[in-house]
Amino acid sequence: MPQMNMVQAINDALRVAMRRDKRVVLLGEDVGKVGGVFRVTAGLFDEFGDARVIDTPLSEGGIIGAAVGMAMYGLVPIPEIQFADFIWPAYDQIVNELAKYRYRSGGEYPVSMVIRTPVGGGIRGGHYHSQHPEAHFVCVPGLKVVIPSNAYDAKGLLLSAIADPDPVLFFEPKRVYRAAKGEVPEGEYTVPLSSAAVVRAGDDVTVLAYGAMLYEALDASAKAQQQGVHCEVIDLRTLWPVDIDTILRSVEKTGRLVIVHEAPRTGGYGAELVSLVCEKAFYHLQAPPVRVTGFDTPFPYTLETEYMPLSHRILPAVLQVARA
Amino acid sequence: MSSHQGAAGVQEPLEVFRVLRDDGTLDPEHDPGLTTEEVVEIYRGLVLTRTLDQRLTALQRQGRIGFHVGSLGEEAAILGSTYAMRDTDWIFPCYREFGSALMRGLSLQKFLDNMFGNANDTVKGRQMPDHYTCREKRWGSISSPVGTQITQAVGFAWAAKIDGKDIATLTYFGDGATSSPEFHSGMNFAGVFKVPTVFFCRNNGWAISVPTERQTASATFAQKADAYGVVGVRVDGNDLFAVIAATRQAVERAARGEGPTLIEALTYRMGGHSTSDDPLRYRGDEQLEPWAARDPIERVRHHLTRLGAWDDEREAACIADVDARFKQAVAVAEQTPPPPLESMFEDVYESPPWHLVEQREQLIQGPRAPKSH
Ligand SMILES: Cc1ncc(C[n+]2csc(CCOP(=O)(O)OP(=O)(O)O)c2C)c(N)n1
Ligand SMILES: [Mg+2]
Repeated sequence: MPQMNMVQAINDALRVAMRRDKRVVLLGEDVGKVGGVFRVTAGLFDEFGDARVIDTPLSEGGIIGAAVGMAMYGLVPIPEIQFADFIWPAYDQIVNELAKYRYRSGGEYPVSMVIRTPVGGGIRGGHYHSQHPEAHFVCVPGLKVVIPSNAYDAKGLLLSAIADPDPVLFFEPKRVYRAAKGEVPEGEYTVPLSSAAVVRAGDDVTVLAYGAMLYEALDASAKAQQQGVHCEVIDLRTLWPVDIDTILRSVEKTGRLVIVHEAPRTGGYGAELVSLVCEKAFYHLQAPPVRVTGFDTPFPYTLETEYMPLSHRILPAVLQVARA
Repeated sequence: MSSHQGAAGVQEPLEVFRVLRDDGTLDPEHDPGLTTEEVVEIYRGLVLTRTLDQRLTALQRQGRIGFHVGSLGEEAAILGSTYAMRDTDWIFPCYREFGSALMRGLSLQKFLDNMFGNANDTVKGRQMPDHYTCREKRWGSISSPVGTQITQAVGFAWAAKIDGKDIATLTYFGDGATSSPEFHSGMNFAGVFKVPTVFFCRNNGWAISVPTERQTASATFAQKADAYGVVGVRVDGNDLFAVIAATRQAVERAARGEGPTLIEALTYRMGGHSTSDDPLRYRGDEQLEPWAARDPIERVRHHLTRLGAWDDEREAACIADVDARFKQAVAVAEQTPPPPLESMFEDVYESPPWHLVEQREQLIQGPRAPKSH
């Protein structure tokens, strides 16, 4: 099986989808000739031409609004937002239009597409090239939110998302774009949406993570093991609708929960996960759940590693929850 | 220079305003009337800007700074327009105008402190390099999201107008930014309320890898002004004197209460978009040739040399002076420590609420991050 990093795996998924279905079109800033600022669409312009791999004017609202129209017509648009930090001019089109179309038209106009966008910190990008805004999207009825952590899942999840009848926001954790390497099958395969993966089994503490922070959670869990604490690490993979069964099964076993995410703590996705677990498995809990997250400040530049919830901050949280 | 021709080309493109002739003389009808000393002063700024670009790119390649977004080829457009503004006017920058900030009075040391994101950085190490601020010199705060400064410049100037003050704003943005909603809202508001804003579009041919033909089907960017009831002019952005004259006219118009002007400065991005970009992936070096032949700095040097006000010796001394100051400022910036941990929690609000106080303590009491990652 070929080895690929996440950039190559996503590129491969796009190629597979475009070869099998002429209706698939890519659009965004710099996705064409140059193949994307992270090279995710490299080579696709040459293979599929400028009618299907489209460099657009610099307008995120224009990109998503036009993609909505394309989808209504019957194309399968896969728009790219160059950095998640720049998605806000398109927020109106995503929240008020794309996500509500099916519902507000009584089911007459179901609109689906996959919006791809790189997220997260750890690349020395400061405020505007580092944010992790999943909480702003998980709360939008009608939208699905996906984030792979490795190359295999990236391709399989993206192919599922493209086939999905609902709009999907597909976050790509850019800190591990190249580092997350692994075997990726050629051709078609899918990883189902709304299915989390237990990537490390353990009985003491459930650790929920996703995207680039999965690796930090795994690192902390390996260190915790040296101190006799066995973590069960779950890669959520789809943030919404989340795989609640896998989460509950684990928490019912461990009784202890740590959640890791890069985004600020307040109103973050972790709050939703804690609520869900408290509502559905409160009597199994043996300690208060703990969130290890970015701080409630804008994302800093020089101090980014101090800001992020890296292994050095996850480990003490895990030990504290285990011993509480 | 065909990359500036729009795809449709149905409209007659506006004439391009020029002052500096190929022989180094100025068109007397439009000569902005600077003294030779004034021109030499601006010329030194041009050399400073370009030399810094080269040195900063080298620092980035050495891994000593993380990033740089330069202005190679666009120096005359940037410095000329800033020069033409009155000291009382305010500048709302994009991210490519450090030459403007230095001309306004941002110190070289402060600029480099930002490039290193250290404790003395004006933005306290919170933003990427080239995202400094300089309120003291009426120079704005840089944001990466494209176009956002445009409407803000309009609001600021509008407020001054409401307040009865003779203050104009100059806002910089690229050709790509004309596709952003901020450009259209800004132009529209400024037109409707006759706001004293100078919209300065650096048409440098590219928005990262996307050429101008993908930003508009209009033959020019300047003609977009027409639709908003705004005056639009096209100027040779590699002609320092034309940029100064056109910007001055725009400021005078603003001061007379006649409202906004859109200036499209025709120039060219001679380098990559930033140090993260490799332009050879999407354009050939031959595309640079016609622009290299009209280099904005060489054209001013030619003008000054003709007047006997500049020569190779002065050029070498000027660059040596920049290098010495640069070396010194880099040494200081590199030795300055990073911002203290607690600074992360300052300025989120005027004073930190309980939750930030709590989080600040958690960070300070907690384990330190590994040095590199
Ligand atoms: C809203 C938004 N979308 C995308 C980006 C990514 N981006 C940064 S600069 C740039 C191109 C800007 O081109 P232009 O306006 O012509 O300015 P130039 O860089 O040429 O000076 C893009 C797409 C961004 N910063 N903000
Ligand atoms: Mg440009």
